[in-house]
Amino acid sequence: MTEVLAFDDVGVVFRDAHGGAYTAVGGATLSVGEGEFLSVVGPTGCGKSTLLNLAAGLLSPSSGAVRVFGEPLRGINHRAGYLFQADSLMPWRSALDNIAAGPEFAGVPRALARQRAEEWLVRVGLAGHGQKYPHQMSGGMKKRAQLAQTLVIDPPILLMDEPFSALDVQTRQLMENELLALWQGSRKSVLFITHDLEEAISLSDRVVILSAGPATRPIAEFTIDLPRPRDVAEIRMTPHFLQLQERIWAVMREEVLKAYKQGAAA
Amino acid sequence: MITLGRLLIGILLLALWQIGTVTGVLHPLFFGRPERILAVIVQWFVSGEIWQHLAVTIAETLMAFTLGTVLGVAAGLWLGLSTHTAALLDPFIKAANAMPRVILAPIFGMWFGLGMTSKVALGFTLVFFIVFFNVLQGVREVSPTVLNGVRMLGATRGQLLRHVYLPAALSWVFSSLHVSVGMAFVGAVIAEYLGSARGIGYLILQAEGMFDVDTVFAGIVVLTACALVLDGIVGIAEKRLLVWQPRADHTRDN
Repeated sequence: MTEVLAFDDVGVVFRDAHGGAYTAVGGATLSVGEGEFLSVVGPTGCGKSTLLNLAAGLLSPSSGAVRVFGEPLRGINHRAGYLFQADSLMPWRSALDNIAAGPEFAGVPRALARQRAEEWLVRVGLAGHGQKYPHQMSGGMKKRAQLAQTLVIDPPILLMDEPFSALDVQTRQLMENELLALWQGSRKSVLFITHDLEEAISLSDRVVILSAGPATRPIAEFTIDLPRPRDVAEIRMTPHFLQLQERIWAVMREEVLKAYKQGAAA
Repeated sequence: MITLGRLLIGILLLALWQIGTVTGVLHPLFFGRPERILAVIVQWFVSGEIWQHLAVTIAETLMAFTLGTVLGVAAGLWLGLSTHTAALLDPFIKAANAMPRVILAPIFGMWFGLGMTSKVALGFTLVFFIVFFNVLQGVREVSPTVLNGVRMLGATRGQLLRHVYLPAALSWVFSSLHVSVGMAFVGAVIAEYLGSARGIGYLILQAEGMFDVDTVFAGIVVLTACALVLDGIVGIAEKRLLVWQPRADHTRDN
């Protein structure tokens, strides 16, 4: 399998104004293959988002290197789309204009950009809502618009930072299924970050467990050999899913406890 | 019902004023008389004398507003994006903003003469700082997630400026429109009042010199009506410009 995105012994140290230093990521090595859906799971506050920001090029590593299609990454990763946990839609643009933004920035004529946006609006189930502004949309609708905004530029890599964590359970499972359907149609490489183990297993080909911070790094990985296409709600009932969950949780549990103790001590 | 109440209060106040001046409780020399004030206003509009003055005052207001807004947006974007320059200039900006700028009117009069320029200059100094501080705030409060999102969509630095910083800043400018248009108007009238050859402020100044209180009040009435109309127009513009915003007031007044 071709390596699309790779972390080579990456370290990230944040320095504060008082000369203190915090090692967020320590010696992380990880790679995402072509067309692979990889989830990274770790306890809350362990620096998961830092990993994604590294992959996006929004943050440079203090040591080691991030490689995209074999090339060291410098600046913004233009081969990646980023689905943020928080709302990243431009509030002054309608849903349609938000989705059309990427093509517009790339110099696609406005009419064509809007036409493509219109297609994606339909694909993510927002047909007829194109003229709504973000403040008029529900959490689920905003996520759909964000997804369309990211996918319309057709990036080979998709970075997702707990994108569905703010949604209610029903909307969330609906969105997860839709994400899988869209991914299956395009086979992008996905780096999905979550603290929800069930979500990770039901979506992924591979699940990587991160250690508790500071100096977080991958400590274990599991191949998820559940059959596709999957229905995220149904697959959670299968014995094999439960088996996998049990095995992974056994590893993750310790890290969660460590993180919890640190949180309690702080 | 409420309209009727308002009408009654208005009539009552006018009646009290009229009775007061007729009976001599309020001296007509100092308080004028409503019916004479009305007569002055009617005379202004019938003779058409008022139009040239009104046109001058409104033209000054619009120029001060436009100039103050354009330069305020430019300066706000510039200092909002270059933190070092902002830190360097901070004490000067604070001083310029703290200064009671109305007092600059005589200086502008000396620099620019008694024509419209000195009025536009005073209005400009009032509008500029309101817009400038709102834009500065707008730029600083752009959501980092939106910013990163737009960068990930492939926006260049120029596109970031145009599609993120500018709209974010303008939303603050639009929501401070009432204040800035009002200030442009105040600047124009005050500067006229302190020395001019035309404008509503000039009419008031002339009348005051002749102790013609009725005309002073007539001028005030015309100014008030004019301010209300301007405010109404701003209200309509605001509704159209801020469709994307939920109803919330985040204006910063200075």
